[in-house]
Amino acid sequence: MNTNTRSKLAIPDDLTKRREMLKDRLDPKKQRIVVCGDTGCTVCGSRELVPVIEKVLQERGLAKKVELKIAGCLGFCENGPLVLVFPGAVFYQQVQAEDAEEIVEKTVLQGEIIERLLYTDSADGRKITCAYDIPFYKLQKRVLLETGWYIDPLDIDDYIAHGGYAALAKVLGEMTPEGVIAEMKKAGLRGRGGAGFPTGLKWEFCRASAGDEKYILCNADEGDPGAFMDRSLLEGNPHAVLEGIIISAYAVGAKEGIIYIRIEYPTAVLKIEQAVRQARELGLLGRDILGSGFDFEVAISKGAGAFVCGEETALIRAAEGKVGEPRQKPPYPADVGFGGKPTVINNVETFVNVPLIINRGAAAYHEIGTESSGGTKIFCLVGKVKNSGLVEVPFGTTLRQIIFGIGGGIKNGKRFKAVQTGGPSGGCLPEEMLDLKVDFKDLAQAGSIMGSGGMIVMDEDTCVVDVARYFLQFLKSESCGKCFSCRVGIQRMLEIYERITTGAGSIEDLDLLEELAVTVKDASMCGLGQTSANPVLSTLRYFREEYLAHVRDKRCPAGVCRPLFRYSIDKELCIGCGSCAEQCQAEAIVETEEGSYSINPELCTRCGVCMEICVADAIIKG
Amino acid sequence: MSRQLSDVEDVLQNALNKHGLSVVPLLQEIQEHFRYLPEEVLRMLSRKTGIPLIEIYHAATFYNSLSLTPRARHQIKICAGTTCHIRGGGKLIEEIFQVLGIRPGEITPNGEFMLETVNCLGCCAFAPAMVVDGKYYGNLTPGEVRKILSKLRERAALMEK
Ligand SMILES: Cc1cc2nc3c(=O)[nH]c(=O)nc-3n(C[C@H](O)[C@H](O)[C@H](O)COP(=O)(O)O)c2cc1C
Ligand code: FES
Repeated sequence: MNTNTRSKLAIPDDLTKRREMLKDRLDPKKQRIVVCGDTGCTVCGSRELVPVIEKVLQERGLAKKVELKIAGCLGFCENGPLVLVFPGAVFYQQVQAEDAEEIVEKTVLQGEIIERLLYTDSADGRKITCAYDIPFYKLQKRVLLETGWYIDPLDIDDYIAHGGYAALAKVLGEMTPEGVIAEMKKAGLRGRGGAGFPTGLKWEFCRASAGDEKYILCNADEGDPGAFMDRSLLEGNPHAVLEGIIISAYAVGAKEGIIYIRIEYPTAVLKIEQAVRQARELGLLGRDILGSGFDFEVAISKGAGAFVCGEETALIRAAEGKVGEPRQKPPYPADVGFGGKPTVINNVETFVNVPLIINRGAAAYHEIGTESSGGTKIFCLVGKVKNSGLVEVPFGTTLRQIIFGIGGGIKNGKRFKAVQTGGPSGGCLPEEMLDLKVDFKDLAQAGSIMGSGGMIVMDEDTCVVDVARYFLQFLKSESCGKCFSCRVGIQRMLEIYERITTGAGSIEDLDLLEELAVTVKDASMCGLGQTSANPVLSTLRYFREEYLAHVRDKRCPAGVCRPLFRYSIDKELCIGCGSCAEQCQAEAIVETEEGSYSINPELCTRCGVCMEICVADAIIKG
Repeated sequence: MSRQLSDVEDVLQNALNKHGLSVVPLLQEIQEHFRYLPEEVLRMLSRKTGIPLIEIYHAATFYNSLSLTPRARHQIKICAGTTCHIRGGGKLIEEIFQVLGIRPGEITPNGEFMLETVNCLGCCAFAPAMVVDGKYYGNLTPGEVRKILSKLRERAALMEK
């Protein structure tokens, strides 16, 4: 079949036939080069790489035989740009344009491995060839992310060839809406956007809500700083998101859906727009989908950048083109949502789980995860950890397994201090909590939250007081200002932090902070204010000593809060090269009589440039 | 405003045809055209549609990506996300202040550079990160930022000649 034909798929059988005709795409012997096209890899030059590989393939007459794919995020961002060569999933890292020719010449044509581009295991110095053998990947359970290695996100046929839209066909052909909802409940699927509400139950409420006009709203606002799971799914596998949305619409009885996506994600916007177009062409969106009599359409709405818009009631307003300020609940969106009509709001990652559950069956799906939370969760593991990137693990995996197993531990031989989960409204957990199993309940008990999956690792050079201050600063600027406790409470807490981090804090301030935090938590209207206490309370609970050092000893042990530490030069180590003095913008470094250098603390701005450039490691912070 | 009034009329009419009276998409459309939201245009929008000016300003100041100030020749976006913060992003902001004398939200007097912060650029593995005129830079140190800025200035000086 000419797969360019965009004739509509009228019945489920048409889809099966189309898949059948695309089956040579699944040939395991097919030669394929996959280049990571995600923002992370683009930073280090993957965009320049693609045309060069293309040219080399052209020149060798291999353009037809060897497939070149630009994938979504391949996950191991730390070592980008990443290239995978199939068959064999040969993993090359930090690939630059000048390596392209060699990859084609040696690996593609002769099956020869290029040692220099391989990953070296940090534990034993071993070179690893196959992606699946690299601990970073091996220790994960990549059921949602792995398809990104095989599917061209811009081609619906690639998705179909790999089983895409089979779940939709099954749902429309064989299942009742109630049956679909029951399946979600049995699977133990809980929302991935933060609160972890059971998805099946949410759909049931909305289905039971009065009226014929209902909506599905996909939350792709992803405003957590330090998290990009949803972006990666939208860029790497947009059709899976769409399939989940269509299935949910059938279950709920919605005829229209809206994908609300942040404008800061231009690539993801392009890809989901393309996916919607292609699905419409094939009749997977529109009237009478696959001959089932079910009609559904999707629109895309671009967010203008405001963290609070991710909150569901704010999201509804934002999707209506208004200012995205939250409102009091109840009524819940399942009763009063978009345009005042019953609406289901789910996160991108939640939707991606839906086709998977239908395809595997709820029972098989729930074999992964814990009793209360079925399946896997994608985390964005970043910060001071060796292996940064996107990781997917079953619920119930411990923090230690994630940070020290998959993440390989702390960078530069430093000591672990804390891990921050849940974004700005989450908490910081200390070393003693590393054996905590990651799931909604356990994290909340420990004083943090799952959030959408940000996981930021901090080492001894991170000041947790400063981190808490940072989050309050963030929340202050993102608070919509509508409710008093959130608007003023966060401001007052921030003022206390300003005092503490500049050396003007007192011990009484710590009690005041705690009191304020609890009040803001209890009295605020929406999730932003209610969770704003988490960064404060969790750090006060686990890192009281560090607070005490700031207020009592006027010292920042991590050397972050500028007025509370100093730079000085170790005369023994100083070799007198003078490069620090040359680079010092503040002209705070002068030569001493003995030929070494010293820093004037009055003039020093604590920028740290001298420490960065000193070849003799003679600059001391403390 | 350098553009003809009829031009503005067209932009507004187009946007209205496309988005009806939805304030945010209207503003996004206007910004796409003018690269910011000029006051005169917002006033015209209000007159034309009857949407109160205060409502328009409410939306314009609520969303981070909408801007009431003109853009500079070089747009510097420093990531102020969590990962970048703990990996020294604050020092980069300080460095830019040392070199250019501007803080986030400000523009240099010659209109050459504007500094903005964004919540996360989505490349946390390369934190701290910044984007200058659409080009991403990662794993930055204050020293490197200084180098990047002075290159941009040199180029700008050359262009002027
Ligand atoms: C301040 C705030 C910000 C939020 N941001 C997001 C977000 O960026 N993405 C998201 O999916 N959910 C976000 N949520 C959670 C949503 O309100 C909502 O619970 C979620 O989208 C529901 O989908 P789920 O059940 O699939 O998780 C946020 C909540 C709050 C209080
Ligand atoms: S926090 Fe800076 S790129 Fe994510």
